[in-house]
Amino acid sequence: MTFMRPVSFVLASALWLPLAAQAQQQLVPAQSEIGFVSRQMGVPVEGKFKTFSAQVAFDPAKPAASNIAFTVDTGSATLGVRETDVELPKPIWFNVAQFPKATFQSSSVKRVDASKFEVAGKLTIKGVSSDVVVPVTLAQSGTTTTATGSFPIKRLTFRIGEKEWSDTSMVADEVQVKFKIALTGVGKL
Amino acid sequence: MNSTPALRYHPVSVLLHWVLGLALIGLFAVGLYMTDLPFSPQRLKLYNWHKWAGVTLLALSAFRLIWRLTHRPPALPVAIESAMPGWQKLAHHATHHGLYLLFFAVPLLGWAYSSAAGFPIVLFGVLPLPDFVPVSEELAELIKPLHKLSAFAMMALVLLHVAGALKHQLVDRDGLIARMGFGRR
Repeated sequence: MTFMRPVSFVLASALWLPLAAQAQQQLVPAQSEIGFVSRQMGVPVEGKFKTFSAQVAFDPAKPAASNIAFTVDTGSATLGVRETDVELPKPIWFNVAQFPKATFQSSSVKRVDASKFEVAGKLTIKGVSSDVVVPVTLAQSGTTTTATGSFPIKRLTFRIGEKEWSDTSMVADEVQVKFKIALTGVGKL
Repeated sequence: MNSTPALRYHPVSVLLHWVLGLALIGLFAVGLYMTDLPFSPQRLKLYNWHKWAGVTLLALSAFRLIWRLTHRPPALPVAIESAMPGWQKLAHHATHHGLYLLFFAVPLLGWAYSSAAGFPIVLFGVLPLPDFVPVSEELAELIKPLHKLSAFAMMALVLLHVAGALKHQLVDRDGLIARMGFGRR
């Protein structure tokens, strides 16, 4: 016991301190969007994910200590057109039955300037992980902090659109992921 | 018998008539075929080609209308016109006016449908065209049947037009069709 006490004290302090420094920030789903723009024969087609969640521990004063994770329901993808929406969950696109969630897990967060940050991390879609660097711009209004940005991914890296749909002259390899994430509980910039 | 220039259409009018007439029928056939295809790259390709062709025909129709307004077509030969009952004269003019109206209505409705459905037209895959309606699933569902119905109406008028031409050629045997031919003026 005499040995355990200091150890547990140290452990408790180590766990407690970062949590105290950055209370978990809360996602405001109604004001948040995660979308994507693909190109079909040169035509930009906008899509979005209707359901996603976020676990964000972020303090603008200590960006390096951040931990940002997103989970997106791949089955909630929509292009706003019924006949294509029924195709997206199929195995050659998102394969929702086998891979219902796409995830992002940050590995480092850097401050670029007063309102811009760079979030590096691992994006996992359809069982394939790839490193991405996401530029994020923050804007604060009242108690809400809105993070916006976009970054390109290669759909074929994640096997989104297989077989006859892997033809990039029909659907371009590059897809822009766009986001607007509203959070409460973020410290002043 | 010598035909005088005033009895025939201008060669540019003749060219526009046959090229656009055949293209419209072809585009209608592609439209019928592609909408029944399952979701596939082939379907996506045909949809885009259909849109590009439709916009091209819209532009050519605008040129055709300007040409038509600035180049008076030959009047009906007196013998033919005086033999036509009133309802035929009415049908003759109504068919042509209706066709010209639909030359614009059909492609514009198709364009609007594409925009409303969230698939803006990028002409030949390189030139983005403006959207003149907002992206809206409701609006898209409203416009879709209008594009289809107007296309069917145009094809009905094309059939009526062809039937009229054939009637002059085969029943009346008045050679009226020659004024839309490529022969010497």
